[in-house]
Amino acid sequence: MIDVNTEGEVWVFAEQHGGKLEDTPLELMGKARHLAETLAVKVSVILLGDNVKDLATKLIYYGADKVYLAENPLLEHYQANTYAKVIYDLIHKYEPQIVLYGATPTGRDLGPRVASAAKAGLTADCTDLQIGDHKTAGDNKVYKNLLFQIRPAFGGNIIATIINYDRWPQMATVREGVMPMVEPDVNRKGQIIEEKTQLSQDDLVLEILDEHKRQKKVDLKSARVIVAGGAGVGSKENFKLIWTLANCLGAAPGATRAAVDLGFIDNDHQIGQTGTTVRPSLYIAVGISGAIQHQAGMHQSQKIVAINNDPDAPIFQLAHYKIVGDLNDIVPKMIKAIKEKV
Amino acid sequence: MPYNCVVLIKQVPDTKRITVKAMNDDGTVNRSALPAIFNPEDLNALETALQIKDKYGGHITVITMGLPSAAAVLRDSLYRGCDKVVLVTDRRCAASDTLATSYIIGCAVKKLPYDIVLCGRQAIDGDTAQVGPQLAEKLGITQITYVEQLPELDGNTMTARRNIGNGFQQVKAELPVLITVTSEANEPRVAAAKKMMKYKNARTAIEVELELKEQNPDSDEQSLKELVEHKCNNLEEKGLLIKQWDLDFLEADLNWCGRSGSPTKVHRIQSVVLTAKESKEIEPTSQGIEAMVHELIEDKTIA
Repeated sequence: MIDVNTEGEVWVFAEQHGGKLEDTPLELMGKARHLAETLAVKVSVILLGDNVKDLATKLIYYGADKVYLAENPLLEHYQANTYAKVIYDLIHKYEPQIVLYGATPTGRDLGPRVASAAKAGLTADCTDLQIGDHKTAGDNKVYKNLLFQIRPAFGGNIIATIINYDRWPQMATVREGVMPMVEPDVNRKGQIIEEKTQLSQDDLVLEILDEHKRQKKVDLKSARVIVAGGAGVGSKENFKLIWTLANCLGAAPGATRAAVDLGFIDNDHQIGQTGTTVRPSLYIAVGISGAIQHQAGMHQSQKIVAINNDPDAPIFQLAHYKIVGDLNDIVPKMIKAIKEKV
Repeated sequence: MPYNCVVLIKQVPDTKRITVKAMNDDGTVNRSALPAIFNPEDLNALETALQIKDKYGGHITVITMGLPSAAAVLRDSLYRGCDKVVLVTDRRCAASDTLATSYIIGCAVKKLPYDIVLCGRQAIDGDTAQVGPQLAEKLGITQITYVEQLPELDGNTMTARRNIGNGFQQVKAELPVLITVTSEANEPRVAAAKKMMKYKNARTAIEVELELKEQNPDSDEQSLKELVEHKCNNLEEKGLLIKQWDLDFLEADLNWCGRSGSPTKVHRIQSVVLTAKESKEIEPTSQGIEAMVHELIEDKTIA
């Protein structure tokens, strides 16, 4: 636990595996810069690993003022115990006011271990972060410039804004894909600060025997256009309509959890609270009722077309183009219209 | 070699069955309007412990922290085959965030012998997945999160397969270890009829008191107390008294419990209503659809 200090920096944990940066720290940089500028403090990145110095420059291009670089052969492969120890020490050395992690399997393994050791708060899976003031109910005391940690809760049915005003740092994990990645600026300058680590072989409590990476079958995150199907599509057979429409648009096929659970399509395609968060230029929702959990993963799409036979389906509240009718009739008409025009 | 397993479970509102009726006007959730269930992935954690016991022998204790009504999920655990259950309940636990919760549960786990601590990956009411790793830190033991298969045990070492999002990894660690278990790990067994018959009358002291109060509305405090004591002793002899621990028993530092032990506080709760800024109704005809496609090409939404 560190004391509240309004001069503290805004930190981002630079998740890397095998010398390759994950997308999440880069996605977080834009938001971190914005928060830091509001607070008039610096953005720093904590980069742990072995021989990862060349990643520091990239992080500076994406907006870091400083990179705290902790290199040690014992940090070559991520594991909670060693990484949490180093981050704990850095937090107590520099006393940042905010520490952000991607809500990846690694971030969600690491963040709570650090929080518990530092006796600090941690809010999971945030979808937005802002700076704001809080007035306590009892004594009307105003706490200025706190980190508003905004996240869906209760299965996505409510949005909660969480704060911590008396014990710092303020820490959060942030969902993948919800923050737009900023353009790197190769002229940006920053400082790289090499940190000594206090680790021994005994700290490597996990032996990593073997690792299998699997390519996702679809890249939803970077798709410009997504055609997604829900339970309303009816069958795996009929899901071919989604694939065909996606193909003729050069789009990625997506699905709701319901469609995945029904076996219409592989769960790599799942969009929503559990699944991928997307923000394409165009999202075509076919036979999707629009459960709040699904909306959470796609409502930031620039244009939304919804096709559903139920005029009261919640998805229509989000849609820019609403088409009420039978998808088996409408989708082939769309395919035809697109083939003629494009 | 037999292993002592401690499984942490949680009773949660069934958020999948949430309806407008369960929402209060201020956007908060009326928990009492939702059925209370055994957190799904905690069933996978319990099943993992049961399979470890089936394979290597040992003893399983299930702990939950919650309201007195959480005794229901403890009985369910007994029906499925655990050996001992503990309810951690105390008004001073209220408003605990994940940090305070992990501290309190840590105090409870420290009262028990353990080789393996098992939690579900996350609970469906908060979806944080934080209490597991935080508890591992509090106990000062190794954590293996996102375990998606039954771990292999060999003497004092565990080998487990973790889901790392874009693949999996096999890791090995010395016991004691805390694992968090995902829904892919197994298919939880159902309650056994024989065990149900045996444990359906298992009660906590609080439940005994409530039931006796209801049955004897006219009895005074002293005689009620005697009745409760008698009934509890009776249950204890039959192995049907569910252990009930409060913060005093746990010797917990109250500064780290409940509201004072929780760095995170709620600033605001809003209900979710997302709407599009402009929206257009398109006729489900060829002309309507062609016009829409034309518009999307014109404004370069479709390349």
